[in-house]
Amino acid sequence: MSNTGSPATLAEKVWQRHIVRSGDGEPDLLYIDLHLVHEVTSPQAFDGIRLAGRGVRRPELTVATMDHNVPTTGLGQPLSDPISARQMEVLATNCAEFGIRLFAMGDANQGIVHIIGPELGLTQPGMTVVCGDSHTSTHGAFGALAFGIGTSEVEHVLATQTLPQARPQTMAVTVDGALPVGVTAKDVVLAIIGRLGTGGGIGHVIEYRGSAIKALSMEGRMTVCNMSIEAGARAGMVAPDDTTFSYIEGRQYAPKGHDWEDALDDWRSLATDEGARFDKHVQMDASSLAPHVTWGTNPGQVVRLDEAIPDPESFPEPAARESGERALAYMGLQAGTPMREVKVDTVFIGSCTNARIEDLRLAAAVLEGHTVAPGLRALVVPGSGQVKIQAEKEGLDTVFINAGFEWRNPGCSMCLAMNPDKLAPGERCASTSNRNFEGRQGRGGRTHLVSPAVAAATAVAGHFASPEDLQ
Amino acid sequence: MKPVRTITGRAVPLDRSDVDTDQIIPASWLKKVERTGFGQGLFSEWRDDRDFVLNKAEYAGATILVAGPNFGTGSSREHAVWALTDYGFEAVISPRFGDIFRNNSTKAGLLPVQVSAEVGKALLEAVEADPSLEITIDLERLRLEAPAAGIEASFPLDPFTQHRLLEGLDDIGLTLRFGAEIDAYEPTRPSWLPAVTA
Repeated sequence: MSNTGSPATLAEKVWQRHIVRSGDGEPDLLYIDLHLVHEVTSPQAFDGIRLAGRGVRRPELTVATMDHNVPTTGLGQPLSDPISARQMEVLATNCAEFGIRLFAMGDANQGIVHIIGPELGLTQPGMTVVCGDSHTSTHGAFGALAFGIGTSEVEHVLATQTLPQARPQTMAVTVDGALPVGVTAKDVVLAIIGRLGTGGGIGHVIEYRGSAIKALSMEGRMTVCNMSIEAGARAGMVAPDDTTFSYIEGRQYAPKGHDWEDALDDWRSLATDEGARFDKHVQMDASSLAPHVTWGTNPGQVVRLDEAIPDPESFPEPAARESGERALAYMGLQAGTPMREVKVDTVFIGSCTNARIEDLRLAAAVLEGHTVAPGLRALVVPGSGQVKIQAEKEGLDTVFINAGFEWRNPGCSMCLAMNPDKLAPGERCASTSNRNFEGRQGRGGRTHLVSPAVAAATAVAGHFASPEDLQ
Repeated sequence: MKPVRTITGRAVPLDRSDVDTDQIIPASWLKKVERTGFGQGLFSEWRDDRDFVLNKAEYAGATILVAGPNFGTGSSREHAVWALTDYGFEAVISPRFGDIFRNNSTKAGLLPVQVSAEVGKALLEAVEADPSLEITIDLERLRLEAPAAGIEASFPLDPFTQHRLLEGLDDIGLTLRFGAEIDAYEPTRPSWLPAVTA
């Protein structure tokens, strides 16, 4: 990234205004505006500051929730897993000791950390946001520089509210044109990852640009930024605009009154300047996109729903051939099988990628008047307490339940199966989550990543399907 | 953190690309609230296969892991690094690392050694052919050598991280030296930024 003076990208501007200190041959020391914390990656960090006799520098810039372990049924009952229960208790104790606001299980604002931040108005343009979770890239949808960190870095931010970081390179991913009907933000990002591969974004911050990105809602932009890490990029960003501002306005922690006007003036200056240089460019045509489904064990192993499972033999790279063959063996699939002929056992609608209200509306609209295929297990896990409340207000819960879905309480749930929601070995799942890694949703489980619309249609058809297939 | 200077040892060849952190340490292991004891969980699902390379007697006691490209992609879990070090690994060699994993490694004393695709492939083949092959990684000179296989390469590491690892310095302690700069920065933050009281 270049320094100030010359035309700058959005990422460079946000980076520049957070430099506390920079020295030759050293990473920049960045100030962190918002530190989100959850129960899994924080206990050892709190232990670390306690052991060193350090405190939390800015508890009021630190917000915690419980999401990874929380059960999605039996709210208020003791947890069936005592180890999960202990991890959640430890978070509660740490937050109480250091004066950190915690949205605990049962709180109306509890939910997946990347869903509640934006929902509460905590995520704002131009901020630096970190969390001990790789999907922190979600918050970049607001024009914030947001990235996942490890537990040592969590400890660092708790103690100093800063983080030494090497300057990343910048990548522009431009998606121009209009998305065809039935193609969603999830399909856009799956197509991008298919193009870049799992390592293509390593060392880069991606800025998503172009008319198709500008036309997305905030929910859609969050879905796209969320999966930046699946292409290896630690952060993904979208320049803030009126869509961003109207999403933020009036939320609990959004600027009010005079501050709101000042903030708007500032936020409008964040967009990438004309003539700013990116280290890498990727161009995509929105009108050529279609619904996508992953077939393998990383999110880059993806095809269009109307395609067949590829033959790894046809891949030019030996490493890709080998990993493709391993993936097919794990997934129990044959090259050449049309995706639409692959039957699924379970459908999971949820996760920080696709459990916002718009996702649930989309899935419910597909399900209206339909029922899930016989023998198929289907669950919806809203991303937060607020999403759940809103969905129930709109009657979406009834649509899901009438169609044969289970309507659950908020949490990460089957995205990573740390709570009781898991796949059995060999079970095949159409999932709106973000990772189809081996064992991700339960040991031996077979995950296919899809959009909420495809997930809903697949639940009805019993095999991979798009909403049009149901008509 | 223990200072790292030279790592000399035998290596395990893990000839797979895109080894994500979910494979290095499955999520069921992340419920622990301690920093220790993750070695048992290292590649735990793959280790159930008797033929998995970590189960081969000839690779027991190795301290270097040689992997394919895109090692440590995915989840930010530092538990992946703790699992590798707890198991006994001191360095991982790969043509490309996930950013967060690479960062986590240098914070927790595991050396990420990035080599070219050619050197990576040559090392994998050499270690597969001769499990007793000795590899030396010199952090001061940023050199990797396996003389018996005729492999020599340099690897990149920024001078700050190199210095920090060589001296075994505490990252937080280093930042706390700049307390005055942090104090000076804070009042310049815009007034509208969110603050949340407990």
